[in-house]
Amino acid sequence: MIAIVDYGLGNLGSALKAFRRAGAEAQLCSEPAALARAEALVLPGDGAFGATMDEIRARGLADVLVEAARAGVPLFGICVGMQVLFEESEEHGVHAGLGLLPGRVRRFEGPAFEGERGLAVPHMGWNALRRVREHPLLDGFEDGQHVYFVHSYWCDAAEEDVIARSDYGAAFPAMVARGNVMAAQFHPEKSQAVGLRMVDGFVRLVAERRKPVLA
Amino acid sequence: MLARRLIPCLDVDRGRVVKGVRFVALRDAGDPVECAMRYDAEGADELVFLDITASSDARPIVLDMVRRVADAVYLPFTVGGGVRSVADAEALLRAGADKVAVNTAAVADPALITALARRFGAQAVVLAIDARARAAGGLGAEELRSRRSPHGTGAGFTPASEPVDGFEVYVRGGRTATGRDAVAWAREGAERGAGEILLTSMDRDGTKDGYDLALTRAVSRAVRVPVIASGGCGTIEHLRAALVEGEAAAALAASVFHFGELRVGDARRALRDAGVPVRPQAEAGFSHE
Repeated sequence: MIAIVDYGLGNLGSALKAFRRAGAEAQLCSEPAALARAEALVLPGDGAFGATMDEIRARGLADVLVEAARAGVPLFGICVGMQVLFEESEEHGVHAGLGLLPGRVRRFEGPAFEGERGLAVPHMGWNALRRVREHPLLDGFEDGQHVYFVHSYWCDAAEEDVIARSDYGAAFPAMVARGNVMAAQFHPEKSQAVGLRMVDGFVRLVAERRKPVLA
Repeated sequence: MLARRLIPCLDVDRGRVVKGVRFVALRDAGDPVECAMRYDAEGADELVFLDITASSDARPIVLDMVRRVADAVYLPFTVGGGVRSVADAEALLRAGADKVAVNTAAVADPALITALARRFGAQAVVLAIDARARAAGGLGAEELRSRRSPHGTGAGFTPASEPVDGFEVYVRGGRTATGRDAVAWAREGAERGAGEILLTSMDRDGTKDGYDLALTRAVSRAVRVPVIASGGCGTIEHLRAALVEGEAAAALAASVFHFGELRVGDARRALRDAGVPVRPQAEAGFSHE
């Protein structure tokens, strides 16, 4: 079972629907015990970093997410669900994240991101994605295809974790993966065929892991 | 590069898609879920639903519609109309909307924008503004229109011979003037936390005379959040003008898409040919098989 982590915020139905469409047995889960039993975790999200972390902690989900990730359970973060995997964010003060990935979440501002009259923030809409490394989530993805973003902050990730980038004034990490922990800054579940192929990729990756290893 | 967006808008009255001209003379244009799936398949970038049902007892109909639409499409959608409180917005988001649009209630209580942004994030809060040109020297907007070129041939610009003195915000479905300046209100809304401005020219709504480019450009330049141009789309050239001369991040249209005069895919191909950065149609079309 793939658990879609329900921490009480955001549009979870879209994520649930997309993973079920990919053939997964997916369920919304808000209880730590249910998350601990899941064979894979999806951490969806939209909204503010601080509010998201507050809800995750208030429901006692932070420890179980970290333990599952360290135990090798596949974890897929989406949008703010990606951002909270990092160490900390600058959104409305400094907030600690789950710390599963090294790096910091920063606002789209400063010389690198400022255009003629400044970029529109949030970065909202369909932007082209560029593959940096091969990864099962990117099976079938063609460089330059568009995915749907909506965010005001970006993840300043470790170079070796970045599997795809996008450009908004400057290049920023759009997808990261480190072992069983992976994430997308955009919304695959809202990105029509291009995004749903990535959801398929995650579901396949989870299924592969289930196969017994033959001697 | 961030693509400019093409957004079909569905005005919904008691669970049916309708469309009027200058906010009146409504015609039935179909079932919201069927329309949504068709636009998803044809390659819309996003959808907007505006509930124009006057009475608030229709809220359960709207929530049910939002749920059915959310089940049917794989692209983002905004729902507006009658959102008066954080609780109203929460119900829509939980039903599957990605963003909520506020209009009348935000003018009555601008703090509502801040409260919504704090709770759901700026990306989920759209400030919808219905604006009408104020004629210089006291000329009424009605009179302005009657002086313009015959219906359907407008180039999309407010001609220089018809000076306007700013744009005024209207609420309650365009029935009530507020005295507020549209550009100043957009700026205030963005400062209060709206993540996007849905800007409708009442003068152009449903006329197919082209977007009000002066209004669109003025607001686009005044705020850093994305602006969706709305009101007046009749041709692909109008879409292009809104996105280029109007400097809008997105262009919204209703009648031309509903009644099949314009296909989203055709518009997208023509805009790409004209050098406007939009998603290629090959990626945008979506099969519900």
